[in-house]
Parts: sequence; C-alpha cells; structure tokens
Amino acid sequence: MREELSEDELLEKVTTSEYKYGFTTDIESDKIQKGLNEDTVRLISSKKNEPEWMLEYRLKAFDIWKEMDEPNWANINYPKPNYQDIIYYAAPKQKKKLDSLDDLDPELKKTFDKLGISLNEQKRLSGVAMDIVVDSVSVATSFKDKLAELGIIFCPISDAIKEHPELVKKYLGTVVPTRDNFFSALNSAVFSDGSFCYIPKGVRCPMELSTYFRINEAGTGQFERTLLIADEDSYVSYLEGCTAPQRDENQLHAAVVELIALDKAEIKYSTVQNWYPGDENGVGGVFNFVTKRGVCHKNSKISWTQVETGSAVTWKYPSCILKGDNSIGEFFSVAITNNLQQADTGTKMVHLGKNSKSTIIAKGICAGKSNGSYRGLVQIAKGAKNSRNFSQCDSLLMGDKCGSHTFPYIEVKNSSSQVEHEATTSKIGEDQIFYCNQRGIGTEEAIALIVNGYCKDVLNQLPMEFAVEAQKLLEISLEGSVG
Amino acid sequence: MLKIENLKASIEEAKILNGIDLSVNAGEVHAIMGPNGSGKSTLSAVIAGNESYEVESGSIIFDGEDLLELDPDQRAHKGVFLSFQYPVEIPGISVSNFLKAAISEKRKQLGLDPISAKDLLGKMREKMELLNMKKGYLSRNMNEGFSGGEKKRNEIFQMAMLEPKLAILDETDSGLDIDALKIVANGVNKLKNKNNATIVITHYQRLLDYIVPDYVHVLHNGRIIKSGSKELALELEEKGYDWITKEADKKWD
Repeated sequence: MREELSEDELLEKVTTSEYKYGFTTDIESDKIQKGLNEDTVRLISSKKNEPEWMLEYRLKAFDIWKEMDEPNWANINYPKPNYQDIIYYAAPKQKKKLDSLDDLDPELKKTFDKLGISLNEQKRLSGVAMDIVVDSVSVATSFKDKLAELGIIFCPISDAIKEHPELVKKYLGTVVPTRDNFFSALNSAVFSDGSFCYIPKGVRCPMELSTYFRINEAGTGQFERTLLIADEDSYVSYLEGCTAPQRDENQLHAAVVELIALDKAEIKYSTVQNWYPGDENGVGGVFNFVTKRGVCHKNSKISWTQVETGSAVTWKYPSCILKGDNSIGEFFSVAITNNLQQADTGTKMVHLGKNSKSTIIAKGICAGKSNGSYRGLVQIAKGAKNSRNFSQCDSLLMGDKCGSHTFPYIEVKNSSSQVEHEATTSKIGEDQIFYCNQRGIGTEEAIALIVNGYCKDVLNQLPMEFAVEAQKLLEISLEGSVG
Repeated sequence: MLKIENLKASIEEAKILNGIDLSVNAGEVHAIMGPNGSGKSTLSAVIAGNESYEVESGSIIFDGEDLLELDPDQRAHKGVFLSFQYPVEIPGISVSNFLKAAISEKRKQLGLDPISAKDLLGKMREKMELLNMKKGYLSRNMNEGFSGGEKKRNEIFQMAMLEPKLAILDETDSGLDIDALKIVANGVNKLKNKNNATIVITHYQRLLDYIVPDYVHVLHNGRIIKSGSKELALELEEKGYDWITKEADKKWD
C-alpha cells in the first residue's frame, strides 16, 4: 500500500505545503527612516511632489490617527504592530521614468515572471490592462494610451493627484472618510501609491483593469489607496492580486479602496489575495487590515468578489452603501484559513435607497489550527422601502483543530423590506472522499474537487483567467488536508 | 479474475466477515443474497477498499494482484467498480465534471493519452441513451436533489462510462420501481461481455429475473453457507432464508 496517512498526519502534511511566492527580489530601493511623525508624512508627500492640498489632507489625517485607538473588537489575536518600527516608504530605484513596460528593470521583470505575470503575454493577449505596485510605488501601467482614447483614466493615484486633481479632490475620502477607522486614518496619512481609475459617462471599459500588489522590502508597510469612479451609465471590471516574500517578521498592509458608482453605473471588483500567510508555527506573515467600500447611486450596481487565501491576519469588510433607489450590492467571498491563519471578514450592506437589493454569499474554509469568522451587517434604513437582502454563509471545516464563527448583524427599520439569512457548517465527509476514490479520483484531487464544488457560486463570479488561478490557489492552500 | 480466500473483516471490533471464499471468472455473473446484517455490503466495501473496515486475515487476488495492497483509487484504476447502495452527494460538481475527473485520472494512471472533450461528450451521450437519461442530466450536480431511482441510474451510468472489469452492484434494485429496474438491468446486461464480471448483491430475487446469474451464493453471519445455480434464488424466494440459516447455525455453533 502507498504511504498510509492518518488524519493527523495528513493535517501535518498541509503545514509543509510551501508558499511559492516567498522569494525576495534583490533590487536597490529608495527607502526612508523607520518611524512615523509629522516629518514622515511631509517627506512622503514631498517624495511624490504633491500639491499643497494633498499634504494638508495627509497632515489632517495624521492628527486624527494620533487620537485613535487600534480596534480590538474583531475575533482575531495578534501582537499589535509597533507603528514606530515600520518603514513607511520604499520604492524600487528606477533609472528613469518608464515609457513602456519594456524599460522595466530586468530584476523586476524577473520577479513578475516568477509571479506568473508575464508582461509581454499581458500585452499580447490584450485582455487585461495592468498597474503594478511594488512596495510604495506603482512601477508600470499598461494600455494607458489605448484606454485614454475612450476617455478612461487608469494610472497610479500619485499621477492622478497631479494630473486630475479635480477628480481626486472631489471623491477622495468621500466613501471612506479619514476618521472612519484607525487603519483608514493611517492610510490617509501615509499612503504612497495605488491605482486610480475613472470611466467616463456611457463608456463600457473594453478590458479588465488590474492591479498587482507586491511587498518586497523588509520592514516596510504597504499602504495603497485605490480610487475608482464609474461615471453615469458606465461599466468596469477591476481585478487585484497580491503576494509578498516569506519573512519572519509580520508585515503590515493597510489599504483603502473607494468605489463610486454613479447613476446606472456598474462596478465589478475582484480580489485574489495571497499575501504570505506565515509559516506553520504562525511566524511571520502579512497583517491585512483593509477598508474597502463602495457607494451606489441610483440604479447602479457594485459587486465585490474576493478569494482570500493568504495573510496571517485578515480584517476586511468590503461594503456597499446603497444610497440610490434601485441600487444593487453584491458580495461573494471565499476565505480559506490554514495553519495558524486568522480571518475576520465579511461585508456591510447599508440600504438607504428604495427598492435597493443586496446579496451576500460567503464561504469559509478552515483547516489546520486556523480560525475563520464571517462578520456581516445588513442595515435597512427607514426610508429604504421595499429593500431586500439575501445572505448565505457557509463554513467547511477540515480536521478538529480549526474554528469557524458567524456574526451576522441585521438592523431593519421599515416593515416593507425583506431580509433572509441562511447559514450552514459542514465537514468534508470520509464517505464523499471514499466515493471519489472508488471512481479512481485520489484523495488530494477529491478534496480539491469537493472544495471547488463548495465554492462554485463564488468562483463563477470571477473573470475567466482569475477563476482558473483561484482554483489552483485553493488546491495549493489545502494540499493534504482531510477532515 | 477474482479470488477471495478466507477473508475476515471487522468494523470497530465487531466481526462482520468470518471467512469468505469466492471465485469469480471473466464472463460470469454472481449473485450474493442473504438476510439483513449478513455482511453483504461489508464484503463489497472491503473489495473496494473502504478503510472503515479492518481486514484481519485472508486475501483478495484480482487479476493476479493482491488488492489489499492497493488504495481504493488504485483498485478503481485496475477495473474494480462499486455501485453504491447509498450514493453520496457532491454539491457543486456536475456529473460531467465528475466523470471527466475520474476518467482523466484513470487514463493518466494507466499511461493513456487524455480523452478529448469531444470524444468524452460523445461517449456520455451514447451511454445516456442506453439508460434513458433525461437531457440536462450531465449538468446536474452529483446526486444532489436526485431521487432514489435517479441515484441508482447515475451509478450504472458511471459504470458504463468507466467500463470496469469487475462491477459490484450493491442493492442496486432497492428504491427502484419496476420500470426503472428494467432500464437499469437492461443497461447492466448490455455492458456484459466475456471479459468482465458482475457481482450482484440483493435481498430479493426480483432483480435476478432481469440480470440472470450464473451462480447464486447465500451469505449468513459473514460466511457463504450455500452456493448454487440460479434456481437457488427461486427456492429462496419461495421458502425464505430460515431453512438454510438454521442448518448453518447448527454446523458453526
């Protein structure tokens, strides 16, 4: 007989599956001193040659942040980062401003090849326009010119601040105000880059827009800021992916994403999050504290889809403010935790407009000694007559050392609205595995198959290329685990 | 093809099989009958390699190879198929995707080229016809929301697709009405040839009107207590099991 593994041994095996994006790139970096004070904020702003109004925005945010406390209501446990021990700005040294991706530093290019992002391939397939952010800066954006022909602006936010100040001023901080929470205030003070996107009235963006985030430098935090505006009657599908090197210390990632869907606009925002999760003993890994929120005006729609497999700790609630009548918010999520990973994730659907609708499908998968929580708020205001929400939260447990929790909060303030909530918890059954085995499907493949089936409703929401990547990622994340 | 000698097996300390001897040759159909709790389903589970059961002694030789040395999926690759008494649901996985996974894996293990999507679909259509399956069946999720009869037909459909050397049908007739039973039996008969063999496990003689066995074995307390030709099944139908089980109990007491 082949190596016969008990359940414990199989679970043990999970912990040996390696994080394949854990390498570092040896590239000269321009970074500032550790620590955070007013001078740090001024230094970041001056490094980016920012206008005065942006510096003021940052300084105000810094003052607000100093007065705030780190939240501790989430179902997660982690050593609080020492905010004076973090480098707030690091940028790969580029010889000159890039005209095209071909001018990219060869070391960086190699990095992207290893990450499976072939830039030439991207160009040829022309399916995806990509912005790439390494540590604190955007290093390359593809298809900028082609998109510009349609009036679409897709560029690093640091460029947008200089080139499109009217748009940035009008929308920045309107969906996630600086004082929204501890991490949004911190981000507002020190963010260094991120993506900016504007789709003009009536335009359907012809390709997927994508940003790839990579933390490379040791001891740095990544604070990116994304601002996406879909003007009236426009459509855009946006993807983001993220990885980080394997390091023994925890790295902080505190991003803010703001989406604005004006009347009749539609935004589809997909994330495959694969930050380094730490090793099997819980050493290292990224702290992922992210605020993502979108506002929907009349007859508009925002869809969040996320596949969360990485990070040591995840604290993230992509939300929709359904401000306009007949607006629609959707949240589709698969969150996998393994080893000692912890995730407290979910969504908020705030119904303000009449006939607004929201759908929440959240699938949690817990293996090893990990802990996964779904936390969601469905809030229906008095004026949001005839609103509807449907929520489904499922958890799949592998082994008997992991935990899964569901914290649904529901507040309904009128009687014409309808809220439905369904929740299930299940284990992968030995009978399911034996059934697959009997048909010739090995145990590892059987688990991958069963997990994929379980996540199908969410994976179906992802754009094609991403869905394939996400499926592979699920398999890697769960290699060897049997419940 | 299959040779079982003095097979003893237990589950959680309870002894279920107490020394089974059985020989099955290519081209044959064997029926295994017996009252509830006699060990029929355990025998099929042990042949297929279900690890819930502990094999204490004895051997199962299949095509000259010791089956007990192989994992369940490896046994499947060698051509052992079990039609489950209670087929399991696999939510979110369509029948076609499931079979694609099963067939690809088998071909890979046997060193064969992968089957093209077109050929696979063509074959599925052909076998669907054989079993009177409805349109849209392939995109339904494995056994999810299937009626009892649909589940059993789905088992035989998989058997048709996987073309096993040895098919074990565990209570395939339970939960089937007479029309469905005829369809299933007809399917099994059409799949029969001189190179494969079938073991039919059943309570009732009814199925054996349609799948005619070459040999009938009676299982009781984990032993085969009587073997005979198809007439034995008719005799059992008429007289029940008591007359032989009592005799056997005397012998083994």
